[in-house]
Amino acid sequence: MRGPADAPLAIVYGDYECPFCAVLEAGLRTRALQVCFRHFPVRSSHPRAFAAACAAEAAAAQSAFWPMHDALFADQARLEDPHLWAHAQALGLDLERFEADRRSAAIAERVKAGFRSGVRAGVVSTPTLFIAGERWAGRPTPALWARLDE
Amino acid sequence: MAIVAAGQPAPDFTLARFEAPPFTRADLEGHTTVLVFYPFAFSPVCTDQLSVYDELRDEFAVHDATLYGVSCDAIWSQRAFKDQLGVEIEQLSDFEPKGATCRAFGALHPGGFAQRALVLVGPEAIVRWSHQAESPGDLPGANLIFDALAGAV
Repeated sequence: MRGPADAPLAIVYGDYECPFCAVLEAGLRTRALQVCFRHFPVRSSHPRAFAAACAAEAAAAQSAFWPMHDALFADQARLEDPHLWAHAQALGLDLERFEADRRSAAIAERVKAGFRSGVRAGVVSTPTLFIAGERWAGRPTPALWARLDE
Repeated sequence: MAIVAAGQPAPDFTLARFEAPPFTRADLEGHTTVLVFYPFAFSPVCTDQLSVYDELRDEFAVHDATLYGVSCDAIWSQRAFKDQLGVEIEQLSDFEPKGATCRAFGALHPGGFAQRALVLVGPEAIVRWSHQAESPGDLPGANLIFDALAGAV
C-alpha cells in the first residue's frame, strides 16, 4: 500500500506481464490515491507473471516491494530470471536471500493468497480496480480516468 | 429466452468434441459439471474468463466439479482457441445443428451465439444453479461458481 493515507483507496488486482496493468499503474501514479496492489497472475496468458509476482514479494521481504514493483512494470518485456536478478542488484538487495525467498513456499503462498482474494472478489480479468466499492475491469478507459479525477 | 433454472432436469443435448465421441446428457450423470457458455472463441473477454477458471482447476477438482467451455464455434476453432490460451478446460461445440444445445439450456443469444452463462449440473443431471451475465461483455467471476458449489446460493 502506498500513497497519502487520507487519499481514496484504490485496490488493484494485476500482474506484471499485463500491458493494461502497466497503463493503469502509470495513470494511478499521477493521481493522489492510496494504492493497494494485489497479485493476480494468470499463468496461461502470462507465463512469467507468477515468477515476477514472487520477485516483488521477495523484494518486500527486504522492504523493497514498491521499488521492485516499479522496476518490473517499467520493463515488462524482460521478466526472465537474469532480469529479476538485475533488478534486485540495482536495488541493492541481498541477492542470495532474494533468490531463496522468491522460490520459497511462503512467498508462493502469499502470491496465491492474493489471487484467491481476487477470485473471491469476482476478479476475472486484469487489471481490475476497486474504488469506493465500484469495480473497473480491463483496459483503463477515459471513463475510468474521469472517475478518478472527480 | 431464460436460462434453465435450478431444480430442472438437464435437457437432452449433443455437443461435438475434438477427437472424442459427442458429449451428451448421459455424460453428466455421476459427475458434477459446470457448463461455461461463452459467445465466441478468440474474443478477448472469454480469453480472460477461461484462463482464470483454468488457473483454478485444482480448486474445482476439490469439489469434484469439471468445467467445460461451450460455444457455437466449430471444433477446430475451439481447438485453436484452447491451444492459444494454453488452457486445459475441454471445449464442446454447438456448431451443428447450430445453437441447439444453447437453445435447450436457454442460453442462445438472439444473435445466434451462446450467451455468457454458467450452468452447474449435479450427478443426477439436475440443474443445481445457473447464471446468465447481464451482457456478453460482463464476465462472471469464479466466486459465483464456488458459492454455488458450496450451496451458498
